[in-house]
Amino acid sequence: MKGRDEIAKALAASGYIADADLATAISLMQLLRRPLLLEGEAGVGKTEVAKALSKVHATELIRLQCYEGLDQSSALYEWNYQRQLLAIQAHRGVDSIEDQIFSEKYLLERPLLAAIRRAQAPVLLIDEIDRADDEFEAFLLELLSDFQVSIPELGTIPAISIPHVVLTSNGTRELSDALRRRCLYHYVDYPDVDREARIILARIAGASPSLSLQIARMVEGVRKEELRKVPGVAETLDWAAALVGLDISNLQDAPETVHETLICLLKTHEDRARVTPEVTQRLLGRVA
Amino acid sequence: MSCCGSSPGYDDLNEVSRLVSARLAAFLRTLRDAGFRVGLAEGQDAAALMAGGYAARPSLLRAAFKHLFSARKSDWDKFDGLFDAFWMGKRVRSRSRTIGSSSNANSPSLKGMQEVRAEQGGAQSATDQVPTSDDAPEGHGGEGRMEGASRAENLAEVDFRKLADPDQVAQAHEAAAHLARIMRTRLTRRDLARRRGYRLDLRRTIHRNISHGGVPIRLVKRQRKEKPLRLIVLLDASGSMSLYTSVFLRFIHGVLDEFHEAEAFLFHTRLAYVSDALKEKDAGRALDRLSIMAQGAGGGTKIGESLQSFNRWHAARVIHSRSCVMIVSDGYETGDAELLGREMAALHRRCRRIVWLNPMMAWDGYAPEAKGIKAALPHVDLYAPANTLNSLRALEPYLAKL
Repeated sequence: MKGRDEIAKALAASGYIADADLATAISLMQLLRRPLLLEGEAGVGKTEVAKALSKVHATELIRLQCYEGLDQSSALYEWNYQRQLLAIQAHRGVDSIEDQIFSEKYLLERPLLAAIRRAQAPVLLIDEIDRADDEFEAFLLELLSDFQVSIPELGTIPAISIPHVVLTSNGTRELSDALRRRCLYHYVDYPDVDREARIILARIAGASPSLSLQIARMVEGVRKEELRKVPGVAETLDWAAALVGLDISNLQDAPETVHETLICLLKTHEDRARVTPEVTQRLLGRVA
Repeated sequence: MSCCGSSPGYDDLNEVSRLVSARLAAFLRTLRDAGFRVGLAEGQDAAALMAGGYAARPSLLRAAFKHLFSARKSDWDKFDGLFDAFWMGKRVRSRSRTIGSSSNANSPSLKGMQEVRAEQGGAQSATDQVPTSDDAPEGHGGEGRMEGASRAENLAEVDFRKLADPDQVAQAHEAAAHLARIMRTRLTRRDLARRRGYRLDLRRTIHRNISHGGVPIRLVKRQRKEKPLRLIVLLDASGSMSLYTSVFLRFIHGVLDEFHEAEAFLFHTRLAYVSDALKEKDAGRALDRLSIMAQGAGGGTKIGESLQSFNRWHAARVIHSRSCVMIVSDGYETGDAELLGREMAALHRRCRRIVWLNPMMAWDGYAPEAKGIKAALPHVDLYAPANTLNSLRALEPYLAKL
């Protein structure tokens, strides 16, 4: 089992610049064998945590994207009807055909089943759990406590390994207390200037340390404006990539380009109208 | 609920760890009083963490406990304060449930109001300040202080229970329950397998007909599943509404009780999220909890600012496409009427319907002349009086066909 400091190092090595708390959360995940629930605004890097975690453990990432109406047959398992039918047609008159077609050969693994049947414990990312229905949440809760799946035709399938479970939520719906209680909780906030600069530096090839810092400060300024949609880290990276692509090494040298490329950060008409060239100029004044 | 979450091997522990686990149990109690949902399993895990070396440094223990005990953003935000107050004896501000801009808590208008109330209600303190743990009485077994409950008794002037006439209460409950039954279900996009649907479900049809060798004899179709409407109530608890607040609170309690999906907010000069308090089954106790949150009832009304904090902090979570927002207010805005108009427009873009209930509307000679209501009306889908139970009932048909 890895300690907290080792995890922080391994996360950094995998390209994810985490705050100190997150390493604690991940070490607790292993120690207590609980899922980790990540909440936070859209675009602050919740999904990235799971990807980084799979790199840290050098294991597979299995992702289940939730949506309204997600049900057992697309999340857990389903029988491969086409193959079953073919088998029936091909073996017409054979008595044992019924036993055969309800065997694992004809079972389609969906993410949740796949996650508990790997030899090496994978990272199971259950993305945007708040988009799934209440019913699915309840079902998930059961799976997360027992780690076994009952298939009526086949019997109970126990877990070969217990996956590292990461759940993310954007808060479009209130999750049940039972699920929250079951999980460790971590709130992912917008990174501070220093951390955001390091993220840009790590992710965008060609970004110099000084430019990264300028971009991070600028984005921090934009976030403080009264916006409808506050830009996340993903948007920052887009913008940084755009600026690097346009060969800009100092934001203050090219205020027009900066203002024009702000479309990478501002995603609604109102926000765009609010950040006028004068506002950009004012924000740029604080960047140096 | 059992009071402590001490570890299973309690008897094996030596005297020191016995003290530690007593202290831990007291901390868990403090957390529960502060609204954390902490179960036995969390207590055991916490004991395991303390035994596992996490107690070596306070910052490490705080981070670990924070992840373990928090379950939502509000827990996350107030945990550090609670932890420091309990384990390090630092001064901390109590958990007032008011959400939104924290700077509001220091605004001059609010301070003024609190002073006024303090004069009225005698010498009791009306601020949110919890005393430092230094002056907590000794011999309390290290238990955290429960400020909220005791303060409720001091706030005699906002005790809603006494304002409500029992007959009306019963009728309001009945009306709300009936309303809820009618409005419970809404159409959703989600498909469910049905015999009499409008679309063919190919996969299920094949599955169902395996016994016929795959010849599709029995068809399976899909149809929409009905899903509940979500009702969000924003109740004005300002002075000008005081005659009606108690009845509406009872009504909202009934709605939250009956509705699968409903949220309630209270506003006067600021906005407070009150669903949790109102989900208490016992109406009297729920209203007791509420009176703590209704601090400031009797002051002015800043509808615009309250809506702004609603739009900014809560709207994304509580509003979805099948939501109806019900605002109960007289529209006497003491803040900026333009802001109110802007925020109403923003709110209208998000939800399906806005219903504005105005108790004053039924008064003789009333016209919507107040600046606030004038600014808000263009964005309201239904503007109706709600001064009697009958007028509440009259809403049913409208809400039912949302």
